[in-house]
Amino acid sequence: MHHVTLDQWSRGASALHRRDPRAKIAALIVFLVVLGTAHRDLGWLGSVLFLVLLAGIRTARLPVRAALARAGVVLPFTAMFAIVSWLAGDPERGIALVMKAYLSAMAVLLLVSTTPLPLLLRGMEMTGAPRFLLMVTQFLYRYLFVISEEAQHMSKAAAARCATVRGLAGNGARFRAAAGALAVLFARSYGRAEEIHRAMLARGFPGYFRPLSALRFTGVDVIFLMLSGLTLVFIRIIIERAA
Amino acid sequence: MPPLILVNQLKFKYDDGTAALNGVDFRLDRAETVALLGENGSGKTTFALHLNGLLTGEGTVEVCGIPVNAKNAVTVRRKIGLVFQDSESQLFMPTVLEDVAFGPLNHGMSPAKAAERALMALEQVGMAGAAGKAPYHLSAGQKKRVAIAGILAMDPKILVLDEPTTFLDPPAQRALAQLLSSLPQAKLLITHDIPFARATCTRAVFFKEGMILQEGSIDEITMLQDWEFRPRRAE
Repeated sequence: MHHVTLDQWSRGASALHRRDPRAKIAALIVFLVVLGTAHRDLGWLGSVLFLVLLAGIRTARLPVRAALARAGVVLPFTAMFAIVSWLAGDPERGIALVMKAYLSAMAVLLLVSTTPLPLLLRGMEMTGAPRFLLMVTQFLYRYLFVISEEAQHMSKAAAARCATVRGLAGNGARFRAAAGALAVLFARSYGRAEEIHRAMLARGFPGYFRPLSALRFTGVDVIFLMLSGLTLVFIRIIIERAA
Repeated sequence: MPPLILVNQLKFKYDDGTAALNGVDFRLDRAETVALLGENGSGKTTFALHLNGLLTGEGTVEVCGIPVNAKNAVTVRRKIGLVFQDSESQLFMPTVLEDVAFGPLNHGMSPAKAAERALMALEQVGMAGAAGKAPYHLSAGQKKRVAIAGILAMDPKILVLDEPTTFLDPPAQRALAQLLSSLPQAKLLITHDIPFARATCTRAVFFKEGMILQEGSIDEITMLQDWEFRPRRAE
């Protein structure tokens, strides 16, 4: 599972892993602003920022190839918009779109690969993200694996009864089979959600989560944030001035 | 001494009109471990959900002398811990320690004290080594133990376990029976597993069509209801 790999990566012990999530979130925001608002010399800026992220991946002791491949998950989505730009006679915009999307995904991946999800959500909550949205994210992350497993069980059960996509005659039959499976999965997820809610109430859930441990923003986190933020801003200024 | 649980003429209908409970009378005393036996759909789980106010029907339910109603729900839930059939639904927090500390934190304990209580409960079920793990990294038996720890951390007077042996292999069932026997709380076990009930329970009640049909020892109930699997031998 994709999120199990990220979970394992996030529980490392590198210098980057030890930083307070709020410092890393703030550094990510600076990175995204520096990249997202740039319109000139994108080739140079993109290359340097790529090297910065690569250095981050090495510092976090993450597998470089696997991390680069995972960041590529955004490419199919952005490629579509890039092709449209290209066909509209603006290939530069298309290339910039792909580059910015890939580097942004790399930066986000570096954050989630160096911060366990509970801490990341706590950090986001303390930086003002809506609590309800974070709660939904937490449950989605926890139960995505379970729901996926249920879908795989259903698929195996269908295969055990000799069901194949080719075996269903016509698109209508295939659509009905897929819709039926989806409906069952939805009903099961709904049932599970009800049971989880009951389990939460049974242990006195007051409507919000109480944290078990407080986050600590240390002097090292301040230095990390200052250094990373200033470095990113200076990179942009230097490249734009040099041009 | 007043009973831990006292139920009088409990009746309940689901929204679709299904009458799940049709007048249940029940009593649980201190140090008792009672098996709730009966057919699927006979009302055992619905009954258990009434004990800590997750469902509310007609009739009266008292836990440790406190009437179970919306006003007293929080107090009652401190007294009675419910372990659900599927531990996956009960372990919803990102790590084992956070999950076990969930109840104590909700009951107003400080984070340090809640963590300490959670570690003690994990120690009690032999899972202290898994405190930092994510629940989906655990086996079915380990998940069940952690789910029980989540309830023990709230220091309840009564434990209610719904089908505790589901998904467990025989060694894990044996370990669970030993664990339950070592716990001082009164217990209610909803189960179809007669050997397990025999190993852990002091008496049994038999549910049928939303009512308690019989009470007695496990052997009496299984004999009267023919409620045990025995392979037929060739004549």
